[in-house]
Formats: sequence, structure tokens, C-alpha cells
Amino acid sequence: MEKNKQHHFTIKDWGIGLLLACAVVGLLYAILGLGISVSYSIKGLLIIGELSVLSWAANRLGVWREFGIFLLLYTLIMGFLGEVPHLNIVNESIRNLYFHVCMWFSMIFLLIGSFYQAILFLKTGKLEHDIRSSEYTYMAILYGTLGIITGMIWAQFTWGKFWHGDPKQVATAIGLLMYFAYSILRGSFQDDSQRAKISAIYAIFCFPIFLVLIFVLPRMTPDSLHPGVGGNPGFGKYDLDDHMRLVFYPAILSWTILGAWIATIRIKTRLLYAQKNDII
Amino acid sequence: MKLLKETQALVGKEFTIEWRNKNMLFSLLLFSGGTAFIAYLSFYLKTKQITPITWNAILWILLLFNAIHGMGKSFSQEHYSRHFYYYYLAKPTAIYLSKLIYNTGLMLGLSLLSFLFFSTVFEIEIGNQIYFLLTLLCGAFGFSSTLTLVSAIASKASNSSTLMAILSIPVIIPLLLILIRLSNNAIDGISTAIMMKDIILLGAINMIIITVSFLLFPYLWRT
Repeated sequence: MEKNKQHHFTIKDWGIGLLLACAVVGLLYAILGLGISVSYSIKGLLIIGELSVLSWAANRLGVWREFGIFLLLYTLIMGFLGEVPHLNIVNESIRNLYFHVCMWFSMIFLLIGSFYQAILFLKTGKLEHDIRSSEYTYMAILYGTLGIITGMIWAQFTWGKFWHGDPKQVATAIGLLMYFAYSILRGSFQDDSQRAKISAIYAIFCFPIFLVLIFVLPRMTPDSLHPGVGGNPGFGKYDLDDHMRLVFYPAILSWTILGAWIATIRIKTRLLYAQKNDII
Repeated sequence: MKLLKETQALVGKEFTIEWRNKNMLFSLLLFSGGTAFIAYLSFYLKTKQITPITWNAILWILLLFNAIHGMGKSFSQEHYSRHFYYYYLAKPTAIYLSKLIYNTGLMLGLSLLSFLFFSTVFEIEIGNQIYFLLTLLCGAFGFSSTLTLVSAIASKASNSSTLMAILSIPVIIPLLLILIRLSNNAIDGISTAIMMKDIILLGAINMIIITVSFLLFPYLWRT
């Protein structure tokens, strides 16, 4: 990522971005089209490898924004028009998978980024890392809130209630509360370096508890309605067919890129402000 | 073994300070007793009965607030300048360990006494007494391991008592969920073998929290 330099969207970059986005979908199609003899775990590994190599390439060539835009366009168009399995009760609301689930994935990626930057801050003491860490966290909070809202809408039409008291709903609400507390903690300091240090410590302290809260605890209770929990079949088993995978994986990538992009713009403005006022 | 010696001395210091200034200790005890009595008065108003699940919930809520009040003071109780003195005298890890041990002791005493108050005013039959006490022990340890670092964080800010509640409640909820489930099982008298999974999970969470706090506390102490 370049520092404080304005990004120009040139025709060439658009072209490379489009090419890479097409490569993502094409390769995904090819991998999913492999014969039945190739097991799903190998396919999954191949898909993860493909997505990470291509996004690394996009970042390397400096076209990750264009790449993200094309993937997002693909997600939106194919998400609403693509083929989905016809299931009882869930019906067309299964398309929410491309939005609701991706919000959580992106949130986790952003929180990992924030955790990493907080560790870097404690190691180096540079205020730049604190700005990055806090902006990733704020973006993660936004995604988490959107994830809860999309989930509630989905719950209304499939389970019958906006708030169902499902263990995963409760756990994520508590997790968000933890990060709301983080923003309140940040607000209660006057001194920049003091705020940076203590909020970094709280962020590092929170992250493992957050992981336990959203990954371990909901799995321990048998009364969840979410797929893959408490004896309910996971998405992979019946309803996530190859047509959906073709959109789902690019969707995760594109929402993450969008979040990183918004965070990057905010980080840039804050860094410029800090440099102008000689804070850094 | 310098660390152990330092820790030992510091734990002794904590208990001495607490005993000299009994103010906080007795206010927490009064808080427990008062809450038990209010719960008794309000639940026995008409029906003269309380379900075990309600009893359990009230007990844990009381313990949570006791913990937040009691541990919130663990860093802001002494004068700020005395921290500089300790800073030169002892390792940060020794200070953290001493606070952890002291808070665990305090919490254990408070939870046993609260349990005593609650079981005297309410007639609740507990299926597996030993198991319930074990849960209280786990709870005291879990509360103190989580809240010690949070109280150190909160003590750095100006509005520390408000911040303590805001920061600690979301962080403590995962532990509290498991603890409430465990103690409910103990009241129902479910066999220990079924609950082992929860106890192991609780221990694992505690270990993670203590390790992370152990790594982070020196950074915090230096500010």
C-alpha cells in the first residue's frame, strides 16, 4: 500500500483489474468443474490458494481497488440474477448468503488486521499503527452492525422473528458490545500516546475473547437455528451448491476489499491531519 | 525465584492494606447481604417461592457486580505516586501476579459469603453441593483473571469507575454464560462427567486470558 499518494484510476489499471477479476471467476469455475474424483477438501484448498494468489497479484500491481470494484459488481449482478437452489422456507432469501455471511468474514479479516497493527504499535510505539488499528476496528464495527441487520432481516423471513435469541445472534451482539466499549475507551483519553497505548492493549486483550465468543461458544449449545450448529446440517451439505460457491467466494473477497479501501481512505486522511499538526 | 519472593511480599502487602482499611471489604459484604435481603423481600412478597434458575441468576449478577466494584479499586485504591515506588521496586509480572492472587482470594471469600447469605434466606436444594462450590471457585478465578487487567486499563482513564463497568461487562459475558450453565447443572444434580467439557473450556479460556494479560501488563505498567 502506497503512503499518502493519491490513486489515479487509469484505463490500464481498469483493464488489469478486470482481467484479474475475470481470472478469479474463470479459475473458480474450472476448479469447481473438476471431476467428482477430486474431493471437496482439495478443491477448497485450491480455491483458497487461487483467491490469495490473485489478490496478492492485484495488490502487487497496485490495482486492488479496480479488482475489488469488478468483483463487487460481479457479486451484485450474479448475486441477484444467478441460479440458486429452490428450498422450502428459505426460498430466494438464500441470496442473503452473499451479503450477511460475507459481512462476518470481512469483519474477522479486518479485526485480524487491527489486532496485528495493535501488536505492531506496542512493539514500535509509532502512532501510525494506532491509527491503522483503530480504523480497521471501526470498519469492523460497521460491518458487524450491517451483519447483524442483514441477519435480522433474514431471521424475520425464515425463522419468523427479527430477534430470535439464537446463540450466534447473542454472541455477536456481545462481541460488538466489546468493540463499542473499545471506542468509548478511546474517547476517554486526552493524550494521544496514552490513548494509543491503552486502546492497543484493550484491543489485543479483547480479540481472543471475541474469537472464543463467536467461534467456540455458539457451537457448544445445541439450540441454535444456524446451519452447521447443534445437529443442523451445514451450508456445504445441501444448499450451498456449486452455482452459489461461484458467487460466494468472490463475494467474501470483494466485501473485504471494499472494507479495506474505506479504512485506507480514512487512515490516509488521519495520517495527513496528524502530519500537518506535527503529531507524528 | 526472585519473582516468587516479590509476589509473596506484594500479596502480603495487599492483604495488610485491605485489613487496615476495612472500609471496602465491609461495604462489599453489606452490598451482598443487602442484595440477598432485597431479593428475599421481593420474591417472597406473594408466592413464598423462587425457582432455582432465578436464584442462580440473581446470585451470579450479584457476584458480577461485587467483582466489578471490588476489583475496580485494585489499582486506583492506592495513591498514584506509590505506583512509581512499586515500579522501581518490583517486576511488573510480580505486581500482576500479586494482584491476581489477591483478587482471587477476595472474590473467593465474597462469593462464599454471598452464597451463604443466599442459601440462608432462600430455601434452595442444591443437587451437587461440591460441584456448586467448585463452580464458585472457578468463577472467582475467572472473574479475577479477566478483571485484573481491565481494572488496570480503566485506572489509567479519568472516569475509571464508569469505564470499569463498560469495559468489563462484555468481556466477562463468555465466562459468565459457562458459569451460569455449570451452576444450573450443579443445582439440578447432573452427573459430573457430562459437565467436564464445560469445565475444560472454562479452564482453557482462563489460561488464554491469563497468558495474554501476563504479556500485556508490562506495557501497561510502563505508562
